Amino acid sequence: MVPFAGYAMPVNYPSGVIKEHTHARQAAGLFDVSHMGQCFISGPDWQTTARAIETLVPADVLGLKPGQQRYSQLLNESGGILDDMMITRLCGTGHEGTAYVVVNAACKDADYAHIAARLPRGVTLEVRDTLALIALQGPQAAEVLAGIVPEAAEMGFMSYIATIAESVPLHISRSGYTGEDGYEISLPAQDATSFCRRLLADPRVKPIGLGARDTLRLEAGLCLYGHDIDETTSPAEADLLWSVGKRRRAEGGFPGAPRVLREIASGTARRRVGLRLEGRAPAREGCEIHGSDGTPLGVVTSGSFAPSLGGPIAMGYVETASASLGTALSIVIRGVAHPATVVSLPFVPNRYHRKKPPGASHG
Amino acid sequence: MADMKYTRDHEYIRVEAGVGTIGITGHAQEKLGDIVFVELPTIGKVLSKGQEAAVVESVKAASEVYAPVSGEVVAVNEAIVAEPALVNQDAEESAWFLKMKITNPRELDGLMSADAYRDYLETLE
Repeated sequence: MVPFAGYAMPVNYPSGVIKEHTHARQAAGLFDVSHMGQCFISGPDWQTTARAIETLVPADVLGLKPGQQRYSQLLNESGGILDDMMITRLCGTGHEGTAYVVVNAACKDADYAHIAARLPRGVTLEVRDTLALIALQGPQAAEVLAGIVPEAAEMGFMSYIATIAESVPLHISRSGYTGEDGYEISLPAQDATSFCRRLLADPRVKPIGLGARDTLRLEAGLCLYGHDIDETTSPAEADLLWSVGKRRRAEGGFPGAPRVLREIASGTARRRVGLRLEGRAPAREGCEIHGSDGTPLGVVTSGSFAPSLGGPIAMGYVETASASLGTALSIVIRGVAHPATVVSLPFVPNRYHRKKPPGASHG
Repeated sequence: MADMKYTRDHEYIRVEAGVGTIGITGHAQEKLGDIVFVELPTIGKVLSKGQEAAVVESVKAASEVYAPVSGEVVAVNEAIVAEPALVNQDAEESAWFLKMKITNPRELDGLMSADAYRDYLETLE
């Protein structure tokens, strides 16, 4: 167990990081991510709530359909990332004006204060710290969950349902932090232990600790807040512009919009890249990235051994001129330059469940 | 008769005829978890007691292996470089790291016996 954002969390269970990682890629892994911050932002109607949230983030929140989820970032006035988050438009009677928001554990108190101070009259923030959050991730997650919640199998990637299973109220979204198909399930804390035991009774499900959570998300090319993104990085530098809504680009009106829009138009001096290293030595956060001629170009922000690839991978920031795929670089590990190549992200292809929900139009 | 000694940093040294075989303890490999990388010194390198002798990395982090006593490196275990997971399987026997010709045997007196190391581990729990 290690301290993590004020919580005691397991780095790994007895089987170890590599076995856990492989299990989540091949079957179904259960993650306790109850340390994450869960809150509801509610107004009289969706338009009012969405407009309020849009003053804080660059995503198209207004355009979310009921039961749809989107990734975004809380930005500061200079376009730096205060936190990243998942925003879901709830569905169902009584929830028409409510967004369900999940933020990082280490940032949650600051996020809540930041959000609450900026919401207009009539839109309120409700912290839901009596909710647990678990994730079930992997190619067998859908079959496993369907045994308890049959309708979960029909959900599309980044969609959400509220349901009751065996008298436990569940908020389920089909998303996660591994690059695999899977779900995040929010439920009352007092029901979480029995629900987890129920899932773990299935031989396809094994518990996964923080160590494998990190290697899985790294292979999936996903950012870890406080490492790959922070207040000094912008969405463009972090290669997260896919999450900046088209309408928001036209209209602006979010913190740091002048910088973000300028960077969309004319690029950035540095960019987040994926790096594959030759040899076996893992590059770690803080290792310098050099050009093949030895010029310092940037720094590693996440790095580890990739169990699915059998070798070391890293993410980091380099000068944009050296950020194109195939560029030969080197990473300095304990004073020795190790050859590395800029590769596309994700390192391991993601396997999200892209099926369109019934009745959704194409295009 | 091999004499096994231990450090507070979880290295062991097995001494036979003036040569010490050095590695990390079973406890250390268990705490590190899946070991994915090992870096060993070059043969002939002279190390003083407490100096970094090798690097061992698990998935999660890098750790240093320190020389328990002063000496000259006379052999390294290339098998664990090729297959770092061996350290998880047999840390205190076949998955040794390096052998050193000990220059000052009296330094061994400052290390823990097997019993003392066992007691020390209990204080860490």
